[in-house]
Amino acid sequence: MSSDLDDLYQDVILDHGRKPRNFRKLAGATSEVEGMNPLCGDHYRLYVKLDGDKISDLTFEGSGCAISKASASLMTSALKGKTVAEAEETFQRFHAMVVEGDRTQAQGLGKLAVLQGVCDFPTRVKCASLVWHALDSAIHGEQKKVSTE
Amino acid sequence: MSTVAGNLSIGARREPFDAGRIRQDFPILAQRVRGKPLVYLDSAATSQKPRAVIDAVSRYYLEDNANVHRAVHALSERATAAFDAARGKVAGYIGAGEAREIVFVRGTTEGVNLVAQTFGRSRVGAGDEVLITAMEHHSNIVPWQMLCEEKGARLVVAPVDDRGDLVLEELEKRLGARTRILAVTHVSNALGTVNPVKRIVRMAHARDVPVLVDGAQGVPHLPVDVRDLDCDFYAFSGHKLFGPTGIGVLYGKAEHLEAMPPWQGGGDMILSVTFERTIYNRIPHKFEAGTPDMAGVIGLGAAIDWLGSIDLAGAEAHERDLLAYGTARLQEVPGLRIIGTAREKASVLSFVLEDVHPHDIGTILDREGIAIRTGHHCAQPLMQRFGVPATARASLAFYNTRPEIDALVQGLGRVREIFR
Repeated sequence: MSSDLDDLYQDVILDHGRKPRNFRKLAGATSEVEGMNPLCGDHYRLYVKLDGDKISDLTFEGSGCAISKASASLMTSALKGKTVAEAEETFQRFHAMVVEGDRTQAQGLGKLAVLQGVCDFPTRVKCASLVWHALDSAIHGEQKKVSTE
Repeated sequence: MSTVAGNLSIGARREPFDAGRIRQDFPILAQRVRGKPLVYLDSAATSQKPRAVIDAVSRYYLEDNANVHRAVHALSERATAAFDAARGKVAGYIGAGEAREIVFVRGTTEGVNLVAQTFGRSRVGAGDEVLITAMEHHSNIVPWQMLCEEKGARLVVAPVDDRGDLVLEELEKRLGARTRILAVTHVSNALGTVNPVKRIVRMAHARDVPVLVDGAQGVPHLPVDVRDLDCDFYAFSGHKLFGPTGIGVLYGKAEHLEAMPPWQGGGDMILSVTFERTIYNRIPHKFEAGTPDMAGVIGLGAAIDWLGSIDLAGAEAHERDLLAYGTARLQEVPGLRIIGTAREKASVLSFVLEDVHPHDIGTILDREGIAIRTGHHCAQPLMQRFGVPATARASLAFYNTRPEIDALVQGLGRVREIFR
């Protein structure tokens, strides 16, 4: 197996892709946003429960590739209980790491760092960032549907 | 005059088909991708181009480029001659009776839109029906949906069975008193199903329903004779037939084309213009407003000439062998399920692999130099019919080989290793 594939499909990612955490509909969500990537058919629904400026619960359901699912699973795990400002800061770091390829951001991202290999796969960056855009939209209440195409 | 290769006598020295020899005509196939020999299994998306086509396009720009049907100078004369000759070649290749039944468009999509917006618009009214099938590409769904919305008409869909065959009795039942047009694909891009178009046309004509055939995947894999099929319209894309991108063909029976209103207005489609009144040009020019894709047309002509120079029957036999071999080899892969097992199939192998998403399969194969398509293949309703969000699709052309199928199977082994 070539090393960049190793880097992309790390065990943590495969595990979250196979057994996604927070993978359920959320009763009492304050907002829900649909995220889809028409190119590959990734399709998720993200449920957010805001308690003041705190994300008191965060879940998702839907289907897609291992990368998008692992990213959603890891994101919901990392941001549950965080404030909106903290979530936004994490999103910016994640974006810099995955989209801009700044791997130094990985240090401040905890478990999310395992997704850094995605930056070497330009066609997969959208998979990793899909639910993040959905979250951004949910927090700012802009739209009910986001698309990474 | 040095325009199209068509003037070279064809067929005189036709050698029996040999995939290894044919591959030498396709310079792009010789490369390595990510350190591995390129295995191109995405020809249903777009085919690669033989050197003859690349050279014809480049020669056109190097030697003959001028606007067609306009000027009296030598270059325009040469360009026009080559352009018009290409129309004749297309007509001959698909068995059209006359070159004026060939309208040049950008691709299959534009051909379908042209028919929907002219023929369809003048024929379909409120309460009428447009019949399509469940295996259509979005390009043979959306133009009809738009027409139906505009007219208050209904889009009716004929179902496919679990193998991916059209259910003909169901299609026949849906040919009703309000059906104004039937649009059906010749070959399914996502499943490979070859539809019995001739039979379908007979069924429709028995009820006075005209038929448009989406030939995007038909022309590259099957000999097509539009008069034998007796279809009213047949649309296809040059780039899937070893020709350049940006050029496509709409065949229409002359009687229809004559009766249809023009689509786009502009130069070339007129005989005379005053501010009071415009007299439209004869067919096919009535439907070709503006400067056409001259290099594309000439390149498409060169592709047809090149196809005429090879042993096409041998090429088809080779493709059939690849399909059978590929089907058997893929079935050896544990957990793999082929989507689309129609009785008659073109060389398309759509599959899913346990719970591994097709997009992940595509990325891992790409690291092995293997190019496949993953996704819904612009056929979302069909994916829903088969209960999958997406598939991985290996689509073959006659320049593919058995060792390339072996490479695919080996690549799928890697996928299983990673997702063990």
